[in-house]
Amino acid sequence: MFFSQQQTAHQHLNHLDWLEAEAIHILREVAGQCSNPALLFSGGKDSICLLRLAEKAFRPGRFPFPLLHIDTGHNYPEVIAFRDRKAAEIGERLIVRSVEDSMQRGTVMLKHESESRNKHQSVTLLEAIEEHGFDACIGGARRDEEKARAKERIMSFRDEFGQWDPKNQRPELWNLYNARSHKGENIRAFPISNWTELDVWQYIEREGLELPSIYFAHTRPIVYRQGSIVPVTDITPAKPGEEIVDLQVRFRTVGDITCTAPVISDADSIEKIIAETATTTITERGATRLDDQASEAAMEQRKKEGYF
Amino acid sequence: MTHPIEDHGLLRLLTCGSVDDGKSTLIGRLLFDSKAILADTLSAITKTSQRRGMQEVDLSLLTDGLQAEREQGITIDVAYRYFTTGTRKFIIADAPGHEQYTRNMVTAASTANLAIILVDARRGVLTQTRRHSYLAHLVGIPHLLVAVNKMDLVEFSQARFEEIKRDYLDFAEQLGIREVQFIPLSALNGDMVVDRGENLNWYQGQTLMEILETTPSAQRRHAAAFRFPVQYVCRPQDASNPALHDYRGFMGRVESGSIAVGDSVTVLPSGLSSTVKAIELGGAALADAATEQSVTLLLADEIDISRGDMIVKTGELPAQTKQLAATVCWLAESPLDRARTYLIRHTTRDTKAKLADIAYRVDVNSLEQQAVNQLAMNDIANVTFKLAQPLFVDAYAQNRGTGAFIVIDASTNNTVGAGMVS
Repeated sequence: MFFSQQQTAHQHLNHLDWLEAEAIHILREVAGQCSNPALLFSGGKDSICLLRLAEKAFRPGRFPFPLLHIDTGHNYPEVIAFRDRKAAEIGERLIVRSVEDSMQRGTVMLKHESESRNKHQSVTLLEAIEEHGFDACIGGARRDEEKARAKERIMSFRDEFGQWDPKNQRPELWNLYNARSHKGENIRAFPISNWTELDVWQYIEREGLELPSIYFAHTRPIVYRQGSIVPVTDITPAKPGEEIVDLQVRFRTVGDITCTAPVISDADSIEKIIAETATTTITERGATRLDDQASEAAMEQRKKEGYF
Repeated sequence: MTHPIEDHGLLRLLTCGSVDDGKSTLIGRLLFDSKAILADTLSAITKTSQRRGMQEVDLSLLTDGLQAEREQGITIDVAYRYFTTGTRKFIIADAPGHEQYTRNMVTAASTANLAIILVDARRGVLTQTRRHSYLAHLVGIPHLLVAVNKMDLVEFSQARFEEIKRDYLDFAEQLGIREVQFIPLSALNGDMVVDRGENLNWYQGQTLMEILETTPSAQRRHAAAFRFPVQYVCRPQDASNPALHDYRGFMGRVESGSIAVGDSVTVLPSGLSSTVKAIELGGAALADAATEQSVTLLLADEIDISRGDMIVKTGELPAQTKQLAATVCWLAESPLDRARTYLIRHTTRDTKAKLADIAYRVDVNSLEQQAVNQLAMNDIANVTFKLAQPLFVDAYAQNRGTGAFIVIDASTNNTVGAGMVS
């Protein structure tokens, strides 16, 4: 089940071994320093890596935290099914909190029915943190994803309103992480900060990790809209006048249906995805995240408001 | 499913230099030539450059990520960049060069194994060059590389390069820097960055990329004594699995040295000894573990061990101290206050601490030692802390892992100081 190519004391770690060792160290620091953490698990590729890293960090013991998913209600059914099956398979507790519930409580108000619920996840996340008294949330964000993330700490402080203040971050030196917080405040911990999209795929290959099927090339009805490929679903139907075509696509990033677009690809295996990722000329979010493109500082703004 | 390509691991590096030495251009060139800048990113910064009325694409836009930075056109915090050559992965800590950001440079330097110190070929060794070299040396970056940039503006003159090299070596000697490499280059043209180019044929050494690809990533701590701070104790207590009933795994990262099954170890602070029964990683048994590996140790004897304890090899004990003498970089706006009690975090151990004495403050420009009463933000000083609990330390010069600590303000929980054990 586990890989066999272990290093001996006189060799240097290869780059995946090093990234893995760092991530395990960070996970154990969260467990050692925080009294009530949670691990955010969406069923996406980054959080699938996190689960394997948590197994390597804490087995044969149980995880010292539950898994938490903030469900927008607009997720691909394959991914939700995968999420539930995976949590059951590893025998850890999964907590799901949904944006729908926040809407019913009136804490999330959509401007219009078709508005993306992605940014409203922040509200539901903060509600879940308060409900369960979590003092830390472990997430799969990577610094290579987006320029605001490039500046984020591995242990990133959020105030009692969930806000990130990029100008006033705790200095982070050596591997001495400071995850201290007062009641009501929260630490977001990012064990795979130093990983790139390619590292994630190489790790998935090395560890033989299973993924939701939509990561692999498949045929799907789409429309072209403002230069993006938009999948046609119940939530995102074609607009009048748009032509629906069947296209061979895969998803590089998996999130809310309303803001996640696939890319044209015939990569139907991990080897092919790695080859494609190594030679792509478009960033992961550039092609696929409709919400990040709203302005130059879209991600930074959402993070300040409590988004991951 | 392993890759046939050789994997040279990972190198963490830092670039430093004064404002116009071409740091951003060099980072841009490294990212661009190694294909880490993708088309959409490039088109975004091209648009921004045009909007600001610039003739050419401003590669510094790649490294300035925050809104305030883009508004003001300055860098206000450390950012991390990634690129790969296919055989090695690189993490660049990109720290701003301004004097008021000494703390950011120390932050970025703390994890780096190589520093590229940029010198403008026209201007030669400047105060900033000295300051950055001092800080890089202080933080113990094992590999210093002086990149004499803008060689295109001095007609690729070998004489000028040699002159700067002599100047630098004079000053390096005063600081006690023993090893330093020099390379002439033009980040703008790309000469000696990834490709050799045609203009510097008198230079026989490696290109910048060749140096980056072959520099050892962590060799110093491999040779040091074995240090294993315990992060977390694994006691499964699973009623359905009696085989795990007596399982006690001590989880942590090898800070330095190495350990093998059968080695005899001493546990601090208890001083009790045992032998290593097994080493595990994710359910797999290992024969040994090396520096920077995160593993689980199982010992032959039942000893009470908890987070904050340290496992070392018997006979290779670190120093035990309640009077911690160290070089400290103060990171916070509020000064280091003699009257207050702070927390010191060293490896996985926290202890209360009070400032006992400031021996002197170092002026990072003149390197002069000054008598002071308190420390302000960005100050670097030699101080002594009085500790509530003993710490088990090595000198920072011998061991970056067990010679480093941070100071935490217990009321705000902020990290306010960075310390290196003398």
